[in-house]
Amino acid sequence: MRLTRDRALALAFLCPSVLLIAVFVYGLIGWTGYISLVRWATLKPDYSFVGLANFQEIFSSFRFQDDIRNTIVFTFFFVMACLFVGLLLANLIDRKIRAEGVFRTIYLFPMAISFIVTGVAWKWILAPGQPGLGGHPAQPNGINQLLGLDPATNKWLTDASVAFISPTSQVGQILHDVGLGFLTSPNIGIPVAMLSVVLAAAWQMSGFVMVLYLSGLRAIPEELREAARVDGATEWMVFRRITFPLLLPITLSAVIILGHISLKIYDLTVALTGGAGPGFATDTPANNMWQTSFRDALFGRGASIAIVMLVVIAVVVVPYLVWTRRQEVSE
Amino acid sequence: MNLVSKRIVAILSVAAIVASGCSSSSGSPSAGAKTEVEVVSWWTTGGEASGFNAIIDKFNTDNPQWHVTNSAIAGGAGSNAQAQLQNRVLNGNPPDSFQVHMGHELLDTYVTPGYMDNLDDLYQQNGWTTQFPQGVLDIVSAKGSDGKTHYYSVPLDIHRANMLWYNKTVFTANNLTPPKTWADFVTVAQALQAKGITPLAVGDSGIWANGMLLESILIAQLGADGYDGLWTGKTDWASADVTTALNTYKQVLGFINSDHASLSWDQAADYLIPASAGAQPKAAMTLMGDWAAGEFGAKNFTDYGWVAAPGTDGIYDALADSFGLPSKAQHKDAAKAFLTLLGSAAGQDIFNPYKGSIPANSTAGNPPADAKQYSDYQKWAMGEWKTDKIVPSLEHGAAAAPSWKGAWETAVTAFVANPDVPTLQAALAQACKDAQVCK
Repeated sequence: MRLTRDRALALAFLCPSVLLIAVFVYGLIGWTGYISLVRWATLKPDYSFVGLANFQEIFSSFRFQDDIRNTIVFTFFFVMACLFVGLLLANLIDRKIRAEGVFRTIYLFPMAISFIVTGVAWKWILAPGQPGLGGHPAQPNGINQLLGLDPATNKWLTDASVAFISPTSQVGQILHDVGLGFLTSPNIGIPVAMLSVVLAAAWQMSGFVMVLYLSGLRAIPEELREAARVDGATEWMVFRRITFPLLLPITLSAVIILGHISLKIYDLTVALTGGAGPGFATDTPANNMWQTSFRDALFGRGASIAIVMLVVIAVVVVPYLVWTRRQEVSE
Repeated sequence: MNLVSKRIVAILSVAAIVASGCSSSSGSPSAGAKTEVEVVSWWTTGGEASGFNAIIDKFNTDNPQWHVTNSAIAGGAGSNAQAQLQNRVLNGNPPDSFQVHMGHELLDTYVTPGYMDNLDDLYQQNGWTTQFPQGVLDIVSAKGSDGKTHYYSVPLDIHRANMLWYNKTVFTANNLTPPKTWADFVTVAQALQAKGITPLAVGDSGIWANGMLLESILIAQLGADGYDGLWTGKTDWASADVTTALNTYKQVLGFINSDHASLSWDQAADYLIPASAGAQPKAAMTLMGDWAAGEFGAKNFTDYGWVAAPGTDGIYDALADSFGLPSKAQHKDAAKAFLTLLGSAAGQDIFNPYKGSIPANSTAGNPPADAKQYSDYQKWAMGEWKTDKIVPSLEHGAAAAPSWKGAWETAVTAFVANPDVPTLQAALAQACKDAQVCK
């Protein structure tokens, strides 16, 4: 490869960012990986090698087990809610309505807000029981009023219960009989308060998914649908057999983008529920990592949580990157 | 873009990188002839910031060669400040002095690894070894690397964690007296519940408020020495006494507000304040450190009374904000002069009337007539302080290392959501072992 002036200039421009990323991203990932294998459990660095002891400790702690459950529950409901609402909105907006731009902006706008602001705002909505800023008296919960629930009770963010299949219930006994007894544990349940977090997160990100789908819808040639209609397909069949399959690449992108957000979620739960509460119903690996490292000064253990998070996210993102790259190459 | 303009862009961007690299080295502070002295605290608002700024103003007026600045980092009872401080200390770039809770938070985090200078000379020169009570001297001292016991921080204020605050009108209207024991508490709480008032307001969105409740119950059950022993390995966490205390705790949790997880401590304290004059407040009592008096004052609420938490009369569950001297501080002379002012009776009488705490220095307590005076609560607390037995607060960093406190908070968080006494007791016993205090 000849080093032309152009190439040299390009290299010169790329060099600083490659160097910075090498040091501050990959270098520090490597450093974190190293720390996760050493004892370091006070402020003073202690680099004595302990192997996988830190990982053993976090995986055997009930808190981290709760975190894993919470993350799975949150990711599943958050992604599903965003895809459903986003697809619905995109289809509604795609009906060539008037002032489409206005609606698009309205639905996309929450995405421009940071999760911290979303968290604070939704906290005021879901738990307005306490006196507000500037000495305003406590307000009844408007959501409860709207849904016809008892306005005095206010359990959106404070219900510490975990919904799970009780081992003594009929379903639980059947599961037990077929050797799936492990499913009847709170570790496989749904922490109720997490669903309130999903509500706030889906409110913020659905508009983004809508825009993705909208661009996907616009890219589908009208002739395809027209042809289906001429063949006598109903609108539902057109959607089911033509539109939806052609939107699959968009869906995959959306799942990846939402998935990596939800695996790393931290700021939203901190603002909404203080990071973990009630109990550990909304605790996340990121919050656990922060507290373990900087509250308890257990840096080795904190680093091992970070590495677990990295691996999980890599498992989601890397195949996607490989897949998109293959597509680009094949085009 | 042609080649010439590309070159210009390249040159400009390189110049920009070089310039930004240089500016940090040339931008050293040079505020006249004064030397800048940096003190880090987490006091950013309210009485505590006013008090600390008043003491800094006095220092800067008395010492024209120095200029102390308060690099305050807001939020979370210091949790944000601590994360940043730890980074700076670790990187060998500490401030000249910084705020840290007296006791193990300072000792285990900074002293044991050797990041702090001892302050023995300050204690000797100023006679603090006789002016501070023995309970405080015990908490601020630790064995240094030479095997001898040294003093490592100067406590500026003393707060009391085991306090019960109540709405006076609610108690008189229902012919109730503030509970003296936890058994009393249950009777009172049942009476209040029958009237539709939440007996005890708790705001544990940061779990420490609930941890303080358990701390107070343990003190009541085990007494001062027994409670002290929990943190030194002398009291067995698996003992029947602890079991009894945990059962009491479980029972008490049945009398708290259902929305405790979404409230902060101050929002919970506000439940004692009626929405309008004569209305029934949401709750009758709250167990909170004596900074609650400041919260009530800020809301212009005066109809409150206070007693020691049930069963803990005569025991002062103490915590203090203290200041130490990092080994790598750049202006040690100035820092020592500042610490001298913080520990002196004059300095403590400037700060504490604002903060709502009491002075740690027993010769303080008489601010000059033209200065801010102590409140009724503070005068009462100073009387108690002189006679009470002093024990260290766990939740406020005095009793145990941060990692131990973290394990305790994890156990308490799980218990509040799903109260199971054997699980909690096993977790607490394990935490003591993990801290290498219990065998």
